[in-house]
Parts: sequence; C-alpha cells; structure tokens
Amino acid sequence: MRYKIVLHTVGRVILFEAALLLLPLAAALIYGESCAEAFIITILIAAALGFAVSRLCSGAEKDIFIREGFAIVSLSWISISAIGALPFVISGEIPSYIDAFFETVSGFTTTGASILTDVESMSRGLLFWRSLTHWLGGMGVLVFVMAIMEKVPDRSINILRAEMPGHSVDKLVPRSRSTAKILYYIYLALTVLEVVFLLCGGMPLYDSIVHALGTAGTGGFGIKADSIASYSHYLQWVITVFMLLFGVSFSLYYLILLRKWKAVLGSNELRCYLGIGFASFVIITINIYPMYGNIADAVRLSAFQVSSLLTTTGYATADFDLWPQLSKAVLFLLMFSGGCMGSTAGGLKISRIVVLAQSVRNELRRALLPRSVSSVKLNGRRLDPLEVKAVHSYFAIYLSVIIAVFLLISFEPFGMETNLSAAVSCVNNIGPGFHLVGPAANYAAYSGFSKLVLSLAMLLGRLEIFPMLLLFSPQLWSRR
Amino acid sequence: MKIVIVGCGKIGQSILKSLVQENHEIVAVDSDPDVINSITGNYDVMGVCAAGTHYKTLSDAMVQNAELFIATTGSDELNMLSCFLAKRMGAKHTVARIRGQEYSTENLKFIKQQLELSMVINPEQLTAQAIFNILKFPSAVKSETFTRRRFEMAELSVKPSSPLDGVSLSELRRRYSAAFLVCAVLRGGRAYIPGGSFVLEAGDKLGLLAAPEDMQKLLRGMGILQKSAKHVIILGGSRIARYLAEELIRSENSVKIIEKDEERCAELCGTLPDNAIVICGDGSDHELLTEEGLDRSDAFVALTGMDEENLLVAYYALGRRVPKVIAKISQDSYSDIGGQLGIDCVVSPKHITADLLVQYARALQNSLGSRIETLYSLMNGRVEALEFDVADDFACAGVAIKDLRLKPDILLAGLIRGEKTIIPGGDDVILPHDRVIVIAAGQRLCDLSDVIA
Repeated sequence: MRYKIVLHTVGRVILFEAALLLLPLAAALIYGESCAEAFIITILIAAALGFAVSRLCSGAEKDIFIREGFAIVSLSWISISAIGALPFVISGEIPSYIDAFFETVSGFTTTGASILTDVESMSRGLLFWRSLTHWLGGMGVLVFVMAIMEKVPDRSINILRAEMPGHSVDKLVPRSRSTAKILYYIYLALTVLEVVFLLCGGMPLYDSIVHALGTAGTGGFGIKADSIASYSHYLQWVITVFMLLFGVSFSLYYLILLRKWKAVLGSNELRCYLGIGFASFVIITINIYPMYGNIADAVRLSAFQVSSLLTTTGYATADFDLWPQLSKAVLFLLMFSGGCMGSTAGGLKISRIVVLAQSVRNELRRALLPRSVSSVKLNGRRLDPLEVKAVHSYFAIYLSVIIAVFLLISFEPFGMETNLSAAVSCVNNIGPGFHLVGPAANYAAYSGFSKLVLSLAMLLGRLEIFPMLLLFSPQLWSRR
Repeated sequence: MKIVIVGCGKIGQSILKSLVQENHEIVAVDSDPDVINSITGNYDVMGVCAAGTHYKTLSDAMVQNAELFIATTGSDELNMLSCFLAKRMGAKHTVARIRGQEYSTENLKFIKQQLELSMVINPEQLTAQAIFNILKFPSAVKSETFTRRRFEMAELSVKPSSPLDGVSLSELRRRYSAAFLVCAVLRGGRAYIPGGSFVLEAGDKLGLLAAPEDMQKLLRGMGILQKSAKHVIILGGSRIARYLAEELIRSENSVKIIEKDEERCAELCGTLPDNAIVICGDGSDHELLTEEGLDRSDAFVALTGMDEENLLVAYYALGRRVPKVIAKISQDSYSDIGGQLGIDCVVSPKHITADLLVQYARALQNSLGSRIETLYSLMNGRVEALEFDVADDFACAGVAIKDLRLKPDILLAGLIRGEKTIIPGGDDVILPHDRVIVIAAGQRLCDLSDVIA
C-alpha cells in the first residue's frame, strides 16, 4: 500500500473538517454560548494536525488503487470522528471521551443513536454540530471533499466506490468531481426545500435547520427529548415525506432533472422500496388502530414510524416500544431493509433485497425444474452472475457482523431484546432499538467497551463493511 | 470538451488515455464489461457497457452533447454506423476508424462525405506513413515536417563515438555554419529544453529543428548523413507492411516482404505491384535472412504481430550492421527495452493514432485563437512541438521576443514568414499570419497566447 498518498489525503480531510467546524462556531457565537471556545480549540488542533500530516506525507506517489481507496475512506472516517468528538469533551458537556466519540460516530454514520440523557440542556452550537455531522456523513465526507477539490487524482472513483452507499456506483457524468458536485447540489436543494416547508409550518429557524440536516442524512438526531412528537401534525407529515425522499437513490433525481421518466419508472428498486413501505404502513395502521381509536392518529403515527425505520433515520413521534407485538415485529424487520442504493440511507439496501429475493425464487424454480435457466434483473438490466454472487457474500458478511456485535455486547446485563435490537440498529445506522434502547430511552447505560464496539458497528454499517473490515487485514498494510 | 469513444481495444484505450491526460470529459463505450470495469477503475471517465450502435447506448453516453465522437471498434461497418447515428443525434464531429482494403480512396471519400465524418483514421496506414518518413531520412530516429516542408524536426541519438559527445551547444553552433536549433534533449528519462551552455553526452536523444537544406548540411558536417534507404526488407506481411510496400514502390525502392503464412503471401502478391518480392518463410530463421540479402539491405523493418519477435529479429539485424532498423511495438513497456537493446527506432501504431486525435481535439478547442496547424510529440511524449498560425488579434504581435515573458520550459523555435524561415533570436518579432513553431516540455498548450506567463 502507498502510505503517503493515504495519509496525505486523510490529512486534507482533517483540514477540511477544521474548516467545517467554523459553521457550528458561528452558531455558538450567534447564540453567545461558551462552547465557542471548545470549537476554537478543536479547529486549531485539527488545522495543525491536518496541515502537519498532509505536509509530511506529500510525495510523488499519486496513484490511488482500490486498496488505497479503502484505507483512505476508513482512516478518514475514524479520524474525523475522533476529532469531531473533541468539542463535546472540551466544553465539558459530554465529559467522557468515549461517550463523545460514540455520539460523533453516530452522527457521521447517520445513525442517530445517542448517549445523552438530557438533550434539551445541551448548548445549541454543539447540537448544531451533531446534526451537521449527519448531513456530511449522509452523502459522504470524501465525496464532499472531492466536489470542492481543484484537481482530483486519477482513479478517484476508487474513493467514491468505497464511500458511497451501494454496491455499484455509477457516474452520472464523465468526471468524478462533477458527479460529486451534482449529487451535492441535489442533496443541498432537497435539504433547503425541507427547511422552507418546515418554516412554513411555524417551526423556528434553528429547529428547522437541525431537523432538515437530520432528515437529509437519514440520521435522526433531534433537539427534544421526545424527538419529533411535540411538533404539529403538519410538521410531522413534512418530515415523513422528506425521510422517504432521502431514501430514494439520488441518481433517480438526476434522471428526473434530465426528464428521463422511463428510466425512473423502470426502476424496480424504487417500486420495491415504496411497496415495502406501503405494506408495512397498512399492517401497522390496522394493528395500532385499537390503541389510538382514531384513524387519523393511527395513520399519521404509523406512516411516520415506518418512514423513519425504513429509511434508517430514527426519528420518532410515538414510543413504538409500547406498540403491539406485530407492529414491533414489522418495524424490527424494516430495520434491515434500508433505503435505495445511492441514497443517504443505511441498512442492507432495497436493491440487495431485490437481488436476494430473485435468487431465492430462481433456486426454488431450479429445484422443481432442474434444467430451467434463470437470471436476476435489477432496474431493467440483467446482472452478471459475479455481481449476484457479490450480493450473496455481502449478505453473509452483513449477518456475521450483526451476530458478532450482538455477542460482544451481550456481556451487558440487559435483555436479549435490548442487545439484539441495539446491534441491529447500530449496524443498520438507525438509532433507536427496542426496550432499553427504545425511542424513549438511550445508549447511556452501556459500558465503555460496548460503546466502542457499537461505534465500530456503526462505521462498519455506514461504509458497507468492507473498507472497515479490511483495515484488520495485514495484506492491506503490506507495502507490496 | 465532451468526447465519446466507442470501442476500447488497444487503439481505443490508447486514444482514451491520451485524451484523459488532455483533461477532456470522456465517456467510454464498449460491450465487454471487463474492459469497462478496468477503464473506469483506472481513469476518471464514465463507462457505458453496451453495443455502440444502439440508440439507447448512445443516448446513455450523452452523445447529443458530445463535441467529438470517435468510433474505434474492430469493425469498419460498426464504426461507420455508430458515427452516422451519433452525427444524427447531435454529435458535432465524428471520427471513424476504417481500415478495410475494400474501402479504396474514392470509395472512402464518398463515405466520408455522405456520413459527414470529420476524419477517417487508419492506424495501419498512418504507421506505414511514419515508417516511410523515417526511411526517407534515415539519419534521424524520427523526423517530422512542418508547413510545406519549410522546417524539419529530427530526433537524433548521440552514440558514444559521435562527434557530438561532450560538446556544448554554443560550441556546436560555432562549429557548423548551418542555421539550426537544438530544441530538446532527453537524458535519463527527463526532457530538457537546453541553453547554450548545455553539454551533450553519449546516450542523449536530441530534437533538432532546421530548414531541410540546413539539416542536410548539418548532418553531412557531423558525418552522420545517411542516404535514403533503397533496398528494404520487411518482416511480416501485415496491413502496415502492405501500405509501406506500396508507398516504397511508388517512390522506386526495392522491397522484399518475408511472411510465414502462405495464404497471406498469395494475397499480398495479388494486391502489390509485381516488382515487390514476397518471400514465404520464417523470418526468425537467420539462414533465410542472410540468403535474402539482409547484409546488403539498407533497412530492415520488423512488422509482425509479436512485439517480442520484432525486437529480437531487429536486434539480430542490428548486429549484422544493417544501416537502419525499425521495429513495430504495441506494448508500451517494450519501447524502453527496445532502447536498451540499441533499437532506438520503434514505431507504435496506437501512439501515432492517439497523437493525431490529441492534435485534432486540441485544434477543435481553440477554433477562436491562433490555430494549431501541426502537433508532434517528441522524446517519448515528454515534449511537444506545435505549429501555430498566428491570429490577427494576437496580443503580443510586434513585440521583440526578448521582451516577451515566456513561461518556463517553452521555446519559440522557428518562424515561417511567407517563403522565409527564421530561427528566431531575441530581436525577432512575431507578426500576424506568421507560422510559429513552439517547443513545450511538460505542459499542454492550446493557444499561442498560452506561452506567455
């Protein structure tokens, strides 16, 4: 591996984070909060570190192959999380570094799992930073860096591939940098649109921005103890719709901009995404109707919770931990599905489910008609057997990671429901789970070790396992 | 500039690589998923994996907005069809690779006109032309000419026994009375634009610019002038060999082609004029080469499909003191090995084609300013020689060259004004409608005004 180019790029990403920290600093100064000092100190540390690393490691080697792409992405994510945690610790609002690290990883990976027991007492600058990490992490930090960089290295597609959620990243336009720009423009436009809609419903500007950032990244950090529940019904519906929108592949929005309707409608991933969402919504609405005795409330709450868990956002308007078992089971299963490929959502991704379902169908058919020939199609294209195989192995590894995380946190004296849902929730970047980590509770009770394991789980889930997992492979680090 | 390339074989990839370095926005189309995967992994381009003659493929590749469309699949007809479709869909310029023998010159002219092709490329013919140029002027490793042969650019290598070894450039100027300029020197993989105090060493490769008569005088003075080759032996009966033989016979040279395959031999005999001799036999057999008069020939050209065979037989011919030995290479890495073996004259069809398209693309880019008339890449692609037609509104027209603030590694090497050729000094000026020859190392010029810092 080429260490220099890897460290050089990581250094530049840290420098970039230092620049971004100016935004929450501005927020802190506007509200006249004491956490401004913590931001200034962090910015100085990040700038010095980033400058030193990128300077020391600038060299002639420029090639980024897939190995370097993996290493750059995973190391960048770890280092920005490590540095992003500093303001919480320095300001003293989250005294333990491990807690702050967990919170920041949860932010960047758009999980939204929190260890805060009293969100409302936090200063506004820090809460803004927490939500900003969602927004950046959603589309990808390196994708952002690439969009604003003057000259991107050749083969930079390897970075995009390692960071963008999805198994096959296609470029929208010939240049990586232009592709990254288009994605961010669409992302920004949708976010601003949501802010406008929220403002129209009478939500204060600060709240609107924070919630729009949280929705856009499909993250789920809020500023209220009861998440979104205390806002008006209109606002809840706005967030429901936007969560769904951010779970759709961004290349589809680009196709819409180009007015290629046929390609949009031909996406069986989109149809499946909406189908799963709608079916879950109907089941849960019927199931919880007796609880509320009011069809309007049942529809609203069911739609919001389904949208939130399907897109792995993690906002809540009801404590679904108290819902009937059937509804809980459906929500638990929704945690696995995730959004579409190329959206900001986490999870397994709908397109993988489409592929897996077709593989199962083909296997069954082969059992009955051994000579039958079958294929797997995604969005109107026949997939290569190797691509299908890659999805199968991803599914196996994905399950192994959930099992491993579940085992590692089972040292905690909590029930199986809590631990399993915590593991599933973190790997899929959702946030809330069930029982002790349900929407009304948080992760504060876990030990430091478990918090680190869960942080790793979140990173594994966000980067689609391979980049992080390969960090532990000695082959990645060998110079040859 | 938006460019679509259909067909990413050897030639296509080489064009793609050169155009990526020129910083164009490129979409590559090929029906082989492995090829597309490797291309999108290695270059910052978009890949479309499908057949290049489908409307959907072309619209996915955004042909509507493409300024240049290049079709280089292995099939002439596919290339023509996709160029035709692309043109109708809105591509501004289309280039097709057409190399079939059945497309004679008039036929091709008609096709080009009817399909509104901007250019037809035939890599084999281009290569044959390049080899022919070398054979006509064998003193140089490579030679190129600028407008109406007013200037010649020759690449020479300095051999250990050469009179140039250890001589400084200012000394060289004193020694020979001809007007010439050493534009660039390649030493140890680095290209220099040398000043007067630069001392030449054995192993250097230099680029010389002079008017043809001065060039003759200079080379004669140095004692390295070789007569143009008369008796040429060609190894391998490929398409390039056929084009080259035709060209050589047209200018009354004797040609002998050695080819293994009997059928191919018969085919060649049928198409070539009678005075071309086709020998059916294994060219790697030394006995056969001797028998066919290798020792008495003026030049030996190895054109088989195997790089290794070309290099080895060329090396053997070099040992037999054939005055001029040329080998065709398709694999990039072999051209350095050729240099180490002493075979400094290697031609690569894909590079020749890629250079032509780079020149074409760059000329399209600056259709407003001073036009690029000719572009050559020298010193294994590290240095470029460009000929500009100075525009009416050139900002620095009439300013003495010594007062121009040129960028580093730029040299104004030659001026052509009407019938006069000038190797410019500090007091010369550039006027509108002059032709200026600019040498640039390590940078890409699109317009004459780019030379000024």
